[in-house]
Amino acid sequence: MLLPVLMMVLNSVMGAQEMKEAYGAVLGEGKGELSARLLPVYPTLRPYVELLLDSPDFFVMFWNSVKQVFSILFGQTIVGVMAAWAFARYEFRGRKPLFLMYMILMVMPFQVTMVSSYLVLSKLSLLDTHLAVILPAVFSTFPVFIMEKFFRAIPSEVFEAAKVDGAGEFTCFLRIGLPLGSPGIIAALLLNFLEYWNGMEMPMTFLKTKSKLPLSLYLPEITTDQMSAAFVASVVMMLPAVLGFLWGKDYLQKGIEASGLKE
Amino acid sequence: MRNRTAYLFLFPSLVGTVVFVLIPFADVIRRSFFKAVGNTFVGITNYRDVLENKAFQQAVVHTLRFLSICLPLLLVLSFGAALLLYHLPAAKALFQTVFLLPMAVPVASLVVFWKIIFHGNGLLNEWLKLLHIQGQDWMNTDAAFWILVFSYIWKNLGYDVVLWIAALSGVGDEQYEAARVSGAGSKECFFYITLPQMKPGIVMISVLSFVNAFRVFREAYLIAGDYPHESIYMLQHLFNNWFTKLDIQKMSAAAVMMAFSVSVLLYLLERWNEKQEIE
Repeated sequence: MLLPVLMMVLNSVMGAQEMKEAYGAVLGEGKGELSARLLPVYPTLRPYVELLLDSPDFFVMFWNSVKQVFSILFGQTIVGVMAAWAFARYEFRGRKPLFLMYMILMVMPFQVTMVSSYLVLSKLSLLDTHLAVILPAVFSTFPVFIMEKFFRAIPSEVFEAAKVDGAGEFTCFLRIGLPLGSPGIIAALLLNFLEYWNGMEMPMTFLKTKSKLPLSLYLPEITTDQMSAAFVASVVMMLPAVLGFLWGKDYLQKGIEASGLKE
Repeated sequence: MRNRTAYLFLFPSLVGTVVFVLIPFADVIRRSFFKAVGNTFVGITNYRDVLENKAFQQAVVHTLRFLSICLPLLLVLSFGAALLLYHLPAAKALFQTVFLLPMAVPVASLVVFWKIIFHGNGLLNEWLKLLHIQGQDWMNTDAAFWILVFSYIWKNLGYDVVLWIAALSGVGDEQYEAARVSGAGSKECFFYITLPQMKPGIVMISVLSFVNAFRVFREAYLIAGDYPHESIYMLQHLFNNWFTKLDIQKMSAAAVMMAFSVSVLLYLLERWNEKQEIE
């Protein structure tokens, strides 16, 4: 489980010369013996300096990732929280078939909606813009499914008590639903952060211009002679995900458990 | 009144779904029966083209092979790990975290790691050399398939372990106590109480694992590109390659068939699940 992570981190502080000696055989055109090692003999932060300060490409793509992922999460939260609230709190007409539809959409692989999304994005002339990646993801039904479980778990007495005190539907939502359901919102956000931070299919299909691609598509592009850059880029990309993960692993766990409940 | 408030909350999400998913998909269904240029109705010609396409047949076989091996494997392994952790409360928190960590590791990082190990001049072959065995470029052999299976399990084990532990915790302690009083051993408890109550859980866990299985395309693509070794040439590659050629007709027909198959699968699972609950 941990070995790849350790190797990435430790190797990212390996100098260029040592990197060439160690991995030249695999990654460059060099012949020589491969002598991969966990611990660099001459640790240095040079690769970090090179990547973070001297490669404008990396910087652009890092910000593309941040822009795209956080716009998606922001949109998903607003749209998803409201929809989840509707499904959890109201027995409205059409609830059952609609929720079933949301579940089916959640399960569909990306390849099913790939053409249709492409066609609609091209019709709206959004292809090759950040919005092409952001908009379809905002309406993903997965966060709705997760958050619905958390809203549903709020005991109804709380709302009855609030009603007696004269609170309207929107006050209930804002003052009770949001605070009490916040673990669910955080769980859905984290799960989706990990998903979209890694996302490749959508940007690969809907973006063309190199300067708009996210980091997940930059890493594979690093040519093999810049091996230390590849390690450093991996670590920089991994860092937000791992930190988010460690910070919110309890929420994450609750979110995963919620995804396993059907109704 | 309550109906209206509910739909007010649902409105943004519903509009988005209709505009970005439902209408476009309806259009794809329509297109799948028409010619690419002009508006000629061609019936099931596009479907026949897809079904007769060699690459499509291969991709279906490989995808099914991948799913039929890695899904049961993941379910069994994660259930085993969950059982173990469930009975070792002291180790549970730590190991759950360790198992879940791969979720946070970017695919691209993992791929660099695979390259170092499985490349023609990689670590594995160096070790084999010590044993005087001739190595090979593993990513260009059948081994690629198993590397992918392993990547999938590595990434998804934690997710499924959490789900199983939740399912295991759902079984009430009273049932075990009652059984023990009547003289049941731990073996009987497991087969007559634990296992039967895992059935509803299995459906959701399989569905979620199935969804995640389609994401191994990332690993496959990053390791081996557009045209990998044929053992891992799957539907996702095919869609991607048709997309590059903008073969909208084939893609539409294939997308409709794929949506149909997934729906049928879901329906069958759901039916099975309901039957279990009645019994």
